[in-house]
Amino acid sequence: MLPDFSNPADWLPWAFASLMGLSILIYVILDGFDLGVGILFPLATPGEKDLMIGSIGPFWDANETWLVLAVGLLLVAFPTAHGVILTALYLPVFVMLVGLILRGVAFEFRAKARDQYRNLWNGAFFAGSLITALAQGFMLGLYIMGLEQTAATYAFATLAAVFLAVGYSFIGAVWLIHKAEGQLQTKAIGWSRGGLWGVILGIGAISLSTPFVSNRIFDKWFGFPEMLYLLPLPVISAALIAWLFVMLRRMPFPQDRFSWLPFAVSTGLFALAYLGMAYSFYPYVVPDQLTIYDAASAPESLFIILVGACVVVPVIISYTILAYFIFRGKATELRYE
Amino acid sequence: MEALDTLILSRIQFAANISFHILFPTITIALGWVLLFFRVRFSQTGDDKWMNAYRFWVKIFALSFAMGVVSGITMSFQFGTNWPGFMETVGNIAGPLLAYEVLTAFFLEAVFIGIMLFGFSRVPGWVHMLATGLVAFGTTMSAFWIIVLNSWMHTPQGFEMRDGVAFATDWWAIIFNPSMPYRFAHMMIASFLTVAFLVAGVSAFRWLIGDRSREVRAMLKTGITLGAVLIPVQIFVGDSHGLNTLEYQPAKVAAMEANWETQPSVPLVLFAIPDEEARENHYEVAIPNVASLILTHKLDGVVPGLNDFMAEDGTPLHPPVAPVFFSFRVMVGTGMAMLALSWVSLWFMYRRHHRHEGQTTGHWLAVEGLPKPFLWAMVPMAFSGWVATLAGWYTTEIGRQPWLVQGVMTTEMAVADVPAPLVLGTLITYLAIYAGLLVAYIGVIVYLATKAARGDGPGTTAPDPALAPAE
Ligand code: HDD
Ligand code: HEM
Ligand code: HEM
Repeated sequence: MLPDFSNPADWLPWAFASLMGLSILIYVILDGFDLGVGILFPLATPGEKDLMIGSIGPFWDANETWLVLAVGLLLVAFPTAHGVILTALYLPVFVMLVGLILRGVAFEFRAKARDQYRNLWNGAFFAGSLITALAQGFMLGLYIMGLEQTAATYAFATLAAVFLAVGYSFIGAVWLIHKAEGQLQTKAIGWSRGGLWGVILGIGAISLSTPFVSNRIFDKWFGFPEMLYLLPLPVISAALIAWLFVMLRRMPFPQDRFSWLPFAVSTGLFALAYLGMAYSFYPYVVPDQLTIYDAASAPESLFIILVGACVVVPVIISYTILAYFIFRGKATELRYE
Repeated sequence: MEALDTLILSRIQFAANISFHILFPTITIALGWVLLFFRVRFSQTGDDKWMNAYRFWVKIFALSFAMGVVSGITMSFQFGTNWPGFMETVGNIAGPLLAYEVLTAFFLEAVFIGIMLFGFSRVPGWVHMLATGLVAFGTTMSAFWIIVLNSWMHTPQGFEMRDGVAFATDWWAIIFNPSMPYRFAHMMIASFLTVAFLVAGVSAFRWLIGDRSREVRAMLKTGITLGAVLIPVQIFVGDSHGLNTLEYQPAKVAAMEANWETQPSVPLVLFAIPDEEARENHYEVAIPNVASLILTHKLDGVVPGLNDFMAEDGTPLHPPVAPVFFSFRVMVGTGMAMLALSWVSLWFMYRRHHRHEGQTTGHWLAVEGLPKPFLWAMVPMAFSGWVATLAGWYTTEIGRQPWLVQGVMTTEMAVADVPAPLVLGTLITYLAIYAGLLVAYIGVIVYLATKAARGDGPGTTAPDPALAPAE
């Protein structure tokens, strides 16, 4: 899987595919938890809603920026693929954008508009989060199906949509276990116990169906000796699921110890599932149509971005960590003072 | 026909999305710096009024920022969904510029906005001030990169075409392309003017409904002074920008002036109905020689005419005349209104200060001096910056047609092969959402202003006892 590092036309597309993959993964986990909190919104009381907003308010914007980076990288590094994918997904992209618009502005409006409109914006916040998650899952499903648009692929995409929304609400719930206390925390533990079943079903369904959609993917997983190298992936995933399962039944621990652990373990689980998917598709950006090498931009242009990225991305990551550090601890209602 | 419909609808959709997006960056770019100013004044003087002004405007900033972010995300998908040909042809140049925008600007503002908005009690004062400064810097950087790209589309250089695809040869030339400095300066000042009049207008509204708190005074003076100082600069920069355009995009200038024949001593057309069929103006009102004077600085200078930009078979190679002509006049007209309102207001405030010299020691300007009609005029002018900015962008962008990248590719070459009804359906939905959001946005600003004026919540100081109300 490693490219030839002496030839820029070979390793640059690879480097950009990795960078793009990384930013999608970071996006899925970070915006995943705040979209998930939005999906869980109707289950909470008004006071709890303010705390839930408080647990994601300072972060959501930066979280969403990873999506902008991912699309940006797709656009700059693989312009042909960018055109093919986004025109094929015209409608779900549009639906996702509507969702993102609704949820992004609802954050601000619910806190500033007249009281009688508050419920309206709470509704918009929930609807926006749910629509975004469903649209992303739908796109993921179509992508797995090679962007083909038939009744069967739509059915699969719909299934993927539901599973991604469940997955997001699960990671949202484990985030809340860490950021909330008392009543809301207890509720969050309950939500994550339920959500875990959805996650098991989702990861299972997608992992089982993908190899059967494409012979190429089947061979990549079930050939010999690949199967041996790949074995740790499902085994570790299963172990993480079991760990979550046991842990969530015993939570909360005394003195709220390890309240961060379920979130960390879930992050690991999502990362593994994602890695498996990335392995299935590599080296294609458009499944079975365009490889990253067919679609890559000119090496000169890629190089100039890479130089910038190498300098700036570590800086971005460090000030992101700083922000999470500043807002560490249990969430409170947000105030500008 | 199908492709053509998709083209027209995609253009309208893009124009609608970018017009909606630009409204909010226009506010946040400058408001970030104005907030920093309030914040620094508070640290220097310890006077509550500055912190109250900060607290009031930071809410509007947060709201505008969210609107800018969500509409901006829509923009970044638009290239792929509607204009795939754009990235396929000039992606090697547009790509890195957009990537640098994300890397150096979006993350900076998106991370520090959290600290700026909610970190006041969690971090030391200097960190909070730094966060405010970094957010302002981030918005300015995003404006810089996107303007670089946009200017390059108007005056492209530093590249070569190989097999119909642009390859960068000189990044320095790409970034510092001939129209970039003018466009960036003009846009930055436009943003500051928008905020100046927004601050003045909203404060005038608070004053008119009876709010005499000290921060309203401070905000009114800040807004009016900022506007009065910047508008002459903007007119000068705009004029220089026009000269630059004359050199690189003469057809656009000919359309802006509705000048049909290349000739000396061209009059300045104040009003007309340009007619592209007859190739002349109806109902023209004009001042002799002034267009020549403005564009060439000579009374008998030669100004290019639209008839020079016609193909052999009679199809025009120049942009549509009427929209460029009218939007240019709307922008300049709004600029003139800003000039008049800000300077006359300044004069009234200064005169009042003179009459009451004894009372107002330490104040150069007295808000009491403003006559009621002027305060009322300021309220609708709160959004005059939006009008001028949109009109300016329409001049620039429509004036570039039929080119998407001047001389390199036409708009038609870039459009996606998406069914027209799909584009129409999404367009209508966008328009409905935008209309709803705009109403909500303005409604919230009015509501926040009324609430602050009534003195609800922590954000207000008592009226200044030294100065009795004017009425
Ligand atoms: C508050 C906003 C504002 C105000 C008061 C003005 N402008 Fe402007 N103008 C803009 C905001 C703007 C803008 C929206 O920012 C544009 C669009 C693109 C750009 O860089 O600036 C613009 C574009 C623009 C262009 C088109 C440049 C091109 O060819 O691409 C010209 C020639 C001028 N302006 C000239 C003027 C003059 C002579 C003004 C005198 C009153 C003026 N502008 C006031
Ligand atoms: C700085 C970043 C910008 C970029 C990269 C950009 C890019 C483009 C592109 C790709 C088009 C082609 C689509 C078309 O012809 O309709 C276009 C057209 C247009 N843009 Fe921009 N634009 C920018 C800023 C703006 C702003 C801020 C506005 C207005 C507020 C604007 C208004 C328009 C309009 C009205 C058209 C339609 C012109 C026509 O089709 O007749 N643009 N621009
Ligand atoms: C086609 C052109 C454009 C695209 C693709 C685009 C894209 C974006 C995106 C994705 C964001 C959100 C960033 C975040 O997540 O924080 C954003 C925000 C922003 N954009 Fe644009 N934009 C375009 C045009 C413009 C123009 C013409 C300007 C101004 C001259 C501008 C200035 C800004 C600023 C200052 C922000 C910061 C957020 C805010 O203040 O709302 N953009 N843009």
